[in-house]
Amino acid sequence: MIISIASGKGGTGKTLVATSLALSLKDEHRVQLLDCDVEEPNDHIFLKPVITHSEAVCIQIPKVNEKKCTYCGKCAEVCAYHAIAVPGEHVLTFPQLCHGCGACSYLCPEKAISEEGRKIGVVEQGYSDGVEFVHGKLTIGEAMATPVIRQVKEYANPDGVIIIDVSPGTSCPVVESIKDSDFCLLVTEPTPFGLSDLVLAVETVRELNIPFGVVLNRAGVGDNKVEEYCQGENIPILLTIPLDTEIARLYSKGVTLAEGMPQWKERFVGLFGEIREMVDERTRSLKR
Amino acid sequence: MKELVVLSGKGGTGKTSIVGSLAVLARNKVLADCDVDAADLHLLLEPVIQQKHEFWSGQIAAIDEEKCTQCGLCQELCHFEAIEDFRVDPISCEGCGFCYHICPDEAITMKENLSGHWFISGTKYGSLVHARLGIAQENSGKLVALVRQQAKMIAEKQGATYIISDGPPGIGCPVISSLSGANLALLVTEPTLSGMHDLERVLGVCRHFGVTALVCINKYDINEDNTHQIESYCLSQGVEVTSKIPFDNVVTEAMVQGLPVVEHSDNSVSRQINLLWQNVAKLLAKS
Repeated sequence: MIISIASGKGGTGKTLVATSLALSLKDEHRVQLLDCDVEEPNDHIFLKPVITHSEAVCIQIPKVNEKKCTYCGKCAEVCAYHAIAVPGEHVLTFPQLCHGCGACSYLCPEKAISEEGRKIGVVEQGYSDGVEFVHGKLTIGEAMATPVIRQVKEYANPDGVIIIDVSPGTSCPVVESIKDSDFCLLVTEPTPFGLSDLVLAVETVRELNIPFGVVLNRAGVGDNKVEEYCQGENIPILLTIPLDTEIARLYSKGVTLAEGMPQWKERFVGLFGEIREMVDERTRSLKR
Repeated sequence: MKELVVLSGKGGTGKTSIVGSLAVLARNKVLADCDVDAADLHLLLEPVIQQKHEFWSGQIAAIDEEKCTQCGLCQELCHFEAIEDFRVDPISCEGCGFCYHICPDEAITMKENLSGHWFISGTKYGSLVHARLGIAQENSGKLVALVRQQAKMIAEKQGATYIISDGPPGIGCPVISSLSGANLALLVTEPTLSGMHDLERVLGVCRHFGVTALVCINKYDINEDNTHQIESYCLSQGVEVTSKIPFDNVVTEAMVQGLPVVEHSDNSVSRQINLLWQNVAKLLAKS
C-alpha cells in the first residue's frame, strides 16, 4: 500500500507525520519511507539513516557529432524547449533547458546526435532502525525535480507499506510524487493560509482520483474554518495534533513524535488502521 | 528600481506574512506573488482584480483513435512513459512532441494547454501581480517569469522604487525563475534542523545565480541554540543575519483577520519587521 503525505502549504508538518508514521508502523509491517521532496529533503534529519547505496540521476541530453552534422536544422525544429539551435554552421545546445525527450537524436537524418547523461541529482538508499529509507536530492542550481522523483519511486517495494513524503505545492513535482498512491494524507493547519492551500491540494487529489483524508496540525492556533470546510466537503479529519510547545521543541531538534512522545505511536497506528479501512472499502466498491 | 525576492527553501517559515508587512512598510512599490501553485499573499492584501488573463503554456499530445493503427512506436519511444494503451496521460505528457513527429500514421496532434491564469490587482498598498497555476499543471517556472515581467512593466510605468516578490518554497524551477536577476534575496528561516538544512541549500542557489542574500531568523526563540548555530553559520559564510523575529501568536491572529501583522497592532513582531525593512531598504539602495 502506498500512502503519500502532501499539503499544498509548506511547513504544516508533512515530514513530522511521514517519519512518525513510518516509525510507528515498523514493528508490525515492512515499512519503506520515500522522501520525494527532492528540492528540500528533510526526512533523513529525523531518521538518520545509514546510507548503503547511492546513484546519480541523469537526464539524457544531446551530444552532437559535428563531423556528421550537415546543419540542416531538423533538431532545432523538433525541440519543444529551444534547447538546441543551429545558427548557420554551428550547433548550440542548452543543457539546462533540455527535458531529455530524445526527439533530436532520433530524428536527426544524419544520425549525428547521440545522448549522454547529465547529472541533475542523486538518489540515496539506506536503513534506519527497521525502516527502509530512500530519498532524492536535486543538485543545487538544477530546475527539474521530476526526473529525481521518478527515480526515487523506482525503489518502491509493493510488498510492504510505502510512505511517500511530498514537496509543498500542487504542480508537477507533487503530481509526480502522489500519482499511483492508494491514499493521500493532506496535512494542514487551522489558519487562512492552511485552508487556502488545502483547498488546492484537495482539488489536486480529486483530479488524480486518489482517496484522501486530512491531518490537522497545530490545532488551536487559528480559527475553525478548516474543520468547517472538511465537514462541508465530507472530508475526514483522521488525526489532530495540537499546538504544543513540546512538539515544536522536539521538531526543532529533529525528533519524531513516535520517539519523543511515544504515546503518539498508538495514534499513528490507529491512523493507519483508518486509512487501510478506507482503501479496502474503495477496493471493494471498485470491484462491485 | 530594485527587486527584492523573499525565499526560504523550507515552506511555512513565514515568507508571506513578512512580505505582507513589507507591502505596508515599503513606499512606492509593486508586489508580485511568485508562489503560483499555492499563492496566499492575496489573503492579506484584499486585492481588487483589475485584469485577468489566461496563461497558455506548452502543449499536450492527443491521439486520433481513427487514424491510429496501434503500431506502438509512440509508446516505445516516449521518454516520459506518458502513452499507455494508445492513450496519452495528460499529466505525464511533457509536451515534447516526439510522438507527434514520429507517428507514421500522422494520428497525433499537439494541443495548446491552458495552464492557469494571472491577475493584475489593486490593493491599498499598491499594485499586485499574482497568478494561479491550474491544478496538476506544469510550467510553474514560466508563469513565475510572466508574473515578474508584468510586475516590472508596471513598476516602470509607475516609476516605482521597489518590486517585492513573495517566492515559492524549494530550490527548483519556480525558485530559480523567481530569483534570477533579482537585486537581493531575503531568506526567511526558522531555528529547526529542517529550516537550517533548507537554508543552506537555498543559499547555494542564490550563490549559483549570483544574487546577494541576507537572512532573517523567524520564530528565533523556539530554539535559541539553533538560532546561535544559524548565526555562526551565516557569519562563516559572510551572510548577514538582518533580523530575528520572536514567535508570537499575533501573526496568526492578524492572518485570521486578513491583515498584515504590522497593521494589526504594535507588538514585538511588528517592531522587528520594521527594523528588518530599514536594513533591507539600505541594502537595496546600495545594490
